[in-house]
Amino acid sequence: MAEIGWIAAGGFLGAMARYAMVAFVSARWPTRLPLGTLLVNLIGSFLLGWIASSGLNEQIAFFLGTGFMGAFTTFSTFKLESVNLFRRGEGKTSLLYMGMTYLLGIGAAWLGYLIHMLLFTL
Amino acid sequence: MSYFLVGIAGIIGTLLRYVLGLWVQQLVPQTSFPVGTLAVNLVGCFALGWFFQWVMDKNRLSPRVRTSISTGLIGSFTTFSTFSVETVQLFRQGLWGSGIAYVGISMIGGLCLVWMGTAVADRRRERVRHG
Repeated sequence: MAEIGWIAAGGFLGAMARYAMVAFVSARWPTRLPLGTLLVNLIGSFLLGWIASSGLNEQIAFFLGTGFMGAFTTFSTFKLESVNLFRRGEGKTSLLYMGMTYLLGIGAAWLGYLIHMLLFTL
Repeated sequence: MSYFLVGIAGIIGTLLRYVLGLWVQQLVPQTSFPVGTLAVNLVGCFALGWFFQWVMDKNRLSPRVRTSISTGLIGSFTTFSTFSVETVQLFRQGLWGSGIAYVGISMIGGLCLVWMGTAVADRRRERVRHG
């Protein structure tokens, strides 16, 4: 159960970092599309892809992966925002938001993997 | 202060994700399909849909507590980065069907569960209103 402390510490920092980043982005660039959530999800996917391919020791993987990146990114907020856009009659923006999150998010995770491999294992 | 509360709620959400994810994954032995993360994300969507509607209804709770529960607790309970990395891992193992099913179920299931959460909160409100 030693991993609990590492996961908790990562979760604490990851949740605060997401809150700060979403507040900053929505104040700076107020758009209909929830840019703040999109950005945390893309950045977190890229970094977790990098972390997953780097074979870190277990504690650091729990702290950075399960803890920080897990809490820094969010699935539920992304979905609620998508539903709320639809309910406000912004169907097109909602579809664009979902399309970008899935395509760019999975792409970012793949890119994180690939860049780490290119830099360190070739 | 708000940051600190979001962080504390984030600890609870993150630990719940870890425990529930492991538990569900162990219910389905020997599978490379990420059922643990899928279950966590779907449960979180229902919870956030419900909470959002319940709070909006009568302007319940202070903004600080509201943010701690929605952004901190439920936001950290669900995760997008693990979802996208797991999808990439399925594709890299050549498990294309599983990868596409994982994305499809998360995509459609997440929307349905947010909607179900809001519908349950609405029904409860109707019941209370009509006695």
